[in-house]
Amino acid sequence: MSNWEVVIGLEIHAQLATRSKIFSGSPTAYGAPPNTQADLVDLAYPGVLPVLNGEALRMAVKFGLAINARIAPRSIFARKNYFYPDLPKGYQISQYEQPVVGKGAITVLLDDGTVKSIGVTRAHLEEDAGKSLHEGLANASGIDLNRAGTPLLEIVSEPDMRSAKEAVAYMKKIHTLVRYLEICDGNMQEGSFRCDANVSVRQRGAAKFGTRAEIKNLNSFRFVEKAIHYEVARQIEVIESGGQVVQETRLYDSDKNETRSMRSKEEANDYRYFPDPDLLPLEIEESLIASVRATLPELPDEKASRFARDFALSAYDAGVLSASREMGSYFEAVVAALVTALGQPHAKLAANWVMGELSGLLNRDNLEISQSRISAEALAGLLKRIVDATISGKIAKEVFESMWSDGKSADVIIEERGLEQITDAGAIERVIDEVMAANPKQLADYRSGKDKLFGFFVGQVMKATGGKANPAQLNDLLKTKLAGGQPVSFNA
Amino acid sequence: MLHDLSIGELADRLAARELSSVELTRHFLARIERLNPGLNAVITVTAEEALAAAARADARLAAGERGALLGIPIIHKDIFCTDGVRTSCGSRMLDNFIAPYDATVVAKLKAAGVVMLGKANMDEFAMGSSNETSFYGPVRNPWDRTKVPGGSSGGSAAASAARLAPFSTGTDTGGSIRQPAALTGITGIKPTYGRVSRYGMIAFASSLDQAGVLAQSAADAATALKVIAGFDPKDSTSVDAQVPDYPALLNVPLKGLKIGLLREFFEGLEPRNAKLIRDALAVFTSLGAETLEVSLPHLPMSVPTYYVVAPAECSSNLSRFDGVRYGYRCEGPKDLTDLYERSRGEGFGAEVKRRIMTGTYVLSAGYFDAYYLKAQRVRRLITDDFRAAFDKVDLLAGPTTPTPAFAIGAKIDDPVTMYLNDIYTIGANLAGLPGVSAPCGFVDGLPLGLQLIGPHFAEAKLLGAVHQFQLATDWHTHRPRGYE
Repeated sequence: MSNWEVVIGLEIHAQLATRSKIFSGSPTAYGAPPNTQADLVDLAYPGVLPVLNGEALRMAVKFGLAINARIAPRSIFARKNYFYPDLPKGYQISQYEQPVVGKGAITVLLDDGTVKSIGVTRAHLEEDAGKSLHEGLANASGIDLNRAGTPLLEIVSEPDMRSAKEAVAYMKKIHTLVRYLEICDGNMQEGSFRCDANVSVRQRGAAKFGTRAEIKNLNSFRFVEKAIHYEVARQIEVIESGGQVVQETRLYDSDKNETRSMRSKEEANDYRYFPDPDLLPLEIEESLIASVRATLPELPDEKASRFARDFALSAYDAGVLSASREMGSYFEAVVAALVTALGQPHAKLAANWVMGELSGLLNRDNLEISQSRISAEALAGLLKRIVDATISGKIAKEVFESMWSDGKSADVIIEERGLEQITDAGAIERVIDEVMAANPKQLADYRSGKDKLFGFFVGQVMKATGGKANPAQLNDLLKTKLAGGQPVSFNA
Repeated sequence: MLHDLSIGELADRLAARELSSVELTRHFLARIERLNPGLNAVITVTAEEALAAAARADARLAAGERGALLGIPIIHKDIFCTDGVRTSCGSRMLDNFIAPYDATVVAKLKAAGVVMLGKANMDEFAMGSSNETSFYGPVRNPWDRTKVPGGSSGGSAAASAARLAPFSTGTDTGGSIRQPAALTGITGIKPTYGRVSRYGMIAFASSLDQAGVLAQSAADAATALKVIAGFDPKDSTSVDAQVPDYPALLNVPLKGLKIGLLREFFEGLEPRNAKLIRDALAVFTSLGAETLEVSLPHLPMSVPTYYVVAPAECSSNLSRFDGVRYGYRCEGPKDLTDLYERSRGEGFGAEVKRRIMTGTYVLSAGYFDAYYLKAQRVRRLITDDFRAAFDKVDLLAGPTTPTPAFAIGAKIDDPVTMYLNDIYTIGANLAGLPGVSAPCGFVDGLPLGLQLIGPHFAEAKLLGAVHQFQLATDWHTHRPRGYE
């Protein structure tokens, strides 16, 4: 075990899914031609003033309630002053000393099955900046202010994470949460969900944290993991070779898989934060909190524990199935259809199929579960035929593939292709007899003790029946026959 | 003469169709043409648009519509954005800036049928007390053209005093309506912070800025204030409270009104000036008001407090003038830093730069607590002093300025002396209170102003008190020679 302990804190920027910007009426839609979604307020024309978008505030409160944080009855918007061409006012409106969301926490499930609580220090509202464009312009830079003023919720964690994996688990959990709450679309390619990672290392058992570096603008889970790995190795190397880690801001280059220094603490801006006199202190009434609380959906942890409890699923399965609202709803719809048809949920079977076959094809075709080619009811129709032994699990996988590509129901495919399982003992025995007769040598070997050849006979019978023999029945009948006995005839 | 008439009298003539708005507009445009070169009060004249607006007002009048300001001309301080018209804020930085929208104040007046004649000169970005910091040169006081008209709404004040328009708009961050009104012998009101929308008014110090009017009398000011006041969803700091019918509330008897004399305002006041103020207050007592002395112990700290808070806010508010999207841009910038440094270095004048630097300093790491936070605490103490005073009295009274108008050039090189000119007006801004200045006599031929300050939203009481005073006196009817 390494002598070094890694300490990580994340600052996640979640773009709030409001229709208009945080302080102006411009739309927030992504991908419009440059500067078509920027009004006089976004362009910081002389004389214009910001007006807070109430929906952005409600979303921040919703997040706060979901992580059991205190919602500040009074919070302050502050100006963060610095010059940059994509920052039209010369300051960003953010929250500094008094954020809207105070201390909270979330739990993450680690690979070893343990549950860890990770603290959220605060979450605050702020506006995004625009973008500078350097490509395709000779001797000039372009500025696109479409993104300027887009509402962001900056979610700051405690330095509670001790590995890149924990950091990713935390980020994924926040990602799940904001999508559950429908306050952020979570689209990382478009930058709707991104983070900065504060990384430091210290000798195991040391009381104080090491000097940290902040890695900026990580916009995928993979980059977070790789950037932290790189940064941890770099810092350890610096220290072990007698140097000191300097407090600085670093940039992750995903092409080279390395972090590079952007600016040191000394070069850092003095942002001259002060309360924005254009926006009065934000007073949040109990009634607003109550009305937002009323809109809270069942949260991922609640859903997972309900799944585990009501359907006797493992914590892992319950966690996977509740990772998104859509996945949870799909799973529940499958189970509900099975209950209707069979009187029992068969939850483990449903869970395996949703997490296995279905997720596999969704991933292969790069689809969201809401775009699944097989509805929950159709999947339940297939599972019903496994439960009632019409088809085997193996055949079911073939049927599933066909359902995916043809859009037909399981019953239609089973009927059309005659895939129904053979459960007539007499029919299976006849095939066994034929197989035994055709393979006298293997039979003799088996009977002289080569037990492994049992599989060979199963295979032959399955081949002869096109895989349709009921596997359990076949097993029993074959054992008896190979042993030379006469089976007690039974029919399923 | 038409320019001697009050807004009420002009509205009556327009309503009676004895006078058209076009005639009235031509009359004032002619006065601007003749008299403004000697004053430099108006820096943009919009004659063509004015005549078109007047014609529209006449059409509304002809259709039977009536309004207290329908067809009445105005001059706007060049701090208010006016759609399609240059809005310079008195700065080289915005010399080329054509506003693409109307400020809420401008829009409200436009909707009421007011005719804009042009834009008034002002101290650059409203930073100044003498109108000498303007990129367009100083404004001259119509009472004595070697003297300043005060600032920052010096152009508006001089224009109203010289009757280049019946009234004008102004803004008041530390006295910028009341002080020039006092120095030019007219009536100016700074309403309660939040009473009038700041949308479209180019920000100097957002927590102090407030729009108001400069007029011939309290009655005219009341008519104008009624139109521009009110909640604006575009300004989060505007207050959602009903606007009283100010003109209807002017005729309140003063009997029983308690007026507090601000002890701190009389300390060290030159005897001749003090006498004019005391004489004016004697008029109030003769009308039934009572006066008593009150003290606001923290008030003497208002100037240093203001010169921390206002520059801090201005340093941030003026960051948007960076040469990137509008306004002045330096020639051939070699890189981004050069673009910023030269555009701002060349676009802003000395006083604006001084305040940006002061403001940047007081907000800096290591100085923030000692300056900005401490100033905010003192600001609260001053506000509390006023609140305590208003438990005892209805209004507070004192001089608007320590002295009458001073000579152009006399103080411009000594910022601290210049800043002290606002010593009596700044308190009301720090506390967000309404204040009014009304002419109360002359010293060496120059007008002096009486200032009344009221509790939040006491504009009706202030205007009513001044109106009663103006019914009993004629100081507001005096005309500067040459502008009769």
